[in-house]
Amino acid sequence: MPEKRIRVLIAKPGLDGHDVGAKVVAHALRDAGMEVVYTGLHQTVEQILATALQEDVDVIGLSILSGAHLPIAERLMAGLKAEKADDIMVVLGGNIPRRDHDRLRAMGVAGIFPTSSRFEKIADFIKEKVKVQ
Amino acid sequence: MSEPPEGAKGAGKADDKKKEEKKREEKKVRPVVLESGIEVKPVYGPQDLEDFDYGKDLGNPGEYPFTRGIHPLMYRSRPYTMRQYAGFGTPRETNQRFKYLISQGQNALNVAFSLHSQMGIDSDDPLAEGEVGRVGMAVDTLRDFEEAFDGIPIDRISTSLTINGSAAIMIAMYLAMAEKRGVKLEDVRGNAQNDILKEYIGRGTWIFPMEPSIRLITDTIEYCTRKAPKYYPVSVCGYHIRESGANPVQEIAYAYCIARAYIRSVMARGLHPDEFVGRFSFNFDIHGNLFEQVGKFRAARRLWARIMKNEFCCTNPDSMQMKMIAGGGGGGLTIEEPENNIVRGAYYGLISALSGTQTMALCSYDEAYTIPSKKAALISLRTMQMLVEEMGLADTVDPLAGSYYIEWLTNEFERRIMQEMTRVDAQGGMERLVADGTIQREVSRQAYLLEKKLQTGEMVKVGMNKYRQEESLEEQTVEFHEYNVAVAKEKIEGLKQLKAARDGPAVKAALDRLRNAAKGKDNLMPFILEAVKAYATVGEMTNVMKEVFGTFKEPVNL
Repeated sequence: MPEKRIRVLIAKPGLDGHDVGAKVVAHALRDAGMEVVYTGLHQTVEQILATALQEDVDVIGLSILSGAHLPIAERLMAGLKAEKADDIMVVLGGNIPRRDHDRLRAMGVAGIFPTSSRFEKIADFIKEKVKVQ
Repeated sequence: MSEPPEGAKGAGKADDKKKEEKKREEKKVRPVVLESGIEVKPVYGPQDLEDFDYGKDLGNPGEYPFTRGIHPLMYRSRPYTMRQYAGFGTPRETNQRFKYLISQGQNALNVAFSLHSQMGIDSDDPLAEGEVGRVGMAVDTLRDFEEAFDGIPIDRISTSLTINGSAAIMIAMYLAMAEKRGVKLEDVRGNAQNDILKEYIGRGTWIFPMEPSIRLITDTIEYCTRKAPKYYPVSVCGYHIRESGANPVQEIAYAYCIARAYIRSVMARGLHPDEFVGRFSFNFDIHGNLFEQVGKFRAARRLWARIMKNEFCCTNPDSMQMKMIAGGGGGGLTIEEPENNIVRGAYYGLISALSGTQTMALCSYDEAYTIPSKKAALISLRTMQMLVEEMGLADTVDPLAGSYYIEWLTNEFERRIMQEMTRVDAQGGMERLVADGTIQREVSRQAYLLEKKLQTGEMVKVGMNKYRQEESLEEQTVEFHEYNVAVAKEKIEGLKQLKAARDGPAVKAALDRLRNAAKGKDNLMPFILEAVKAYATVGEMTNVMKEVFGTFKEPVNL
């Protein structure tokens, strides 16, 4: 029987329209053997949660370049807890300054991959963590 | 057949040997392929320009086909306009930044709007939470334009509005503000981006489906042509298409295909291109190889003139003159060692000046982190000033003309851009390929390939994938623009007060008329203007149109 493939939701929360990073990482994770669903732009946190549950994903990858990552991550993590879906791993990519990393990790964000992170690093991190779970 | 004399034969052999050696040497030379797929030889000479014809290929500056520039004296008579993108927080804060930039010698403005304003959402809408004034000026009503431009000489300083999905509303607000200030509609100068097709491809601030969106653009062009003829109602952007992953050939080709779509839509209203295309402008991107960009812009200028003349039967030179803002793009800047971006910005400015741009703007060195600080914006402005005032870039028109390499590249670019445009047409045209996501897929595939090249080091970014310092200190040198919750609260409070003070029934009546007009075929600009003057909000007007038009469904097939 083929090994179950890791399912990832790449999501663009909020009004930010910079989707190059999201699409590029979606391509890279697909090439790394994962099943990738992309939400498209302008998603509310509620929409992202609903899609994640419906698609039964292992990982949510948020891409944020507008600077609004702290409030968005906070709402998503709270939403996952409320849905008792906090086994879904959340990783964050985009324009994420280092000084915010500790606060994001404290909220429960598992991995942070700022702009120009290497594809293998992201893919290996996800494979490693999802296996452990 | 007699044998050649011994000596001659020996010389022939030696020649052959030399030739072979030369061939081997050439093969050893590092291959160079530009991002556009153009292979570059180590040396260019007259043999590369055998059919070159000065009059036909270049023409004098200010003459068809405008390869060398759209004005006879170019920067010698008037240097390029310097127009840094700026705006944040409330209109009052933005007004202060505008005044600062003008006091430092900037002679035009480019308004950055808050994301929610770009999406037609008011500051007090829950969807705007956390975004009010974050990446640009938050605009809800005409009052905000009045405050943003208070004390700014709008008759002398032209203003560009970087706005697309909600452009018709913002153009109406600018026109209404100018009228209130005593400027006659026919004298109002400025421009708006107002290019929705490229928003679907990259940048993403779309609201309505494609058809009503193009209708709104057509309405603004038709309205300005008839009522505000000095206003440039649309700036077609290759910039964001390139930033999203397209190569330089596609950047121009897709932008021209988009421009053609708008032109045809306006023609359907009974206008001839010569009546309105002169008020089209373009927004293009600069990063990457210096010569490649110069060739691109010179070819683009020549090709636009030819398309307007041959395809659209224009006779007015104004329609054939491709006017552009060529700006240093964020895509070239690195998050690593951000000060290197100051140097990159200087070269992008140089490219822009060598390419005969009308308007220049540079992404600032800190833009991989934050919206530009005052210091970073000033460095960008100073860069553009140094090129004009210290380096001699405004002294001679099109100084690279006649270079074997540049002219060959210009020819090569024109050929490839035409090829790409033909490919788009053959597949069903730009609107169709954007509606079904084909262009988006092509562009994001290229972005992926490009990123792979950066990660393998096949394409070099100094300080990022070569000579990289693992111990990175970058964040110490960048001053972050902090999101100010108090400013957002102040904006929302101000909006509440304005809503309470305005003539409620007049607002409602204007919105009802806008809704009815949206259902029909009339030009919507007079209806939007009426609502704007009654202090209807951006969100109220957008929602009325959403009721009729619906919203765009993004094709998300990767």
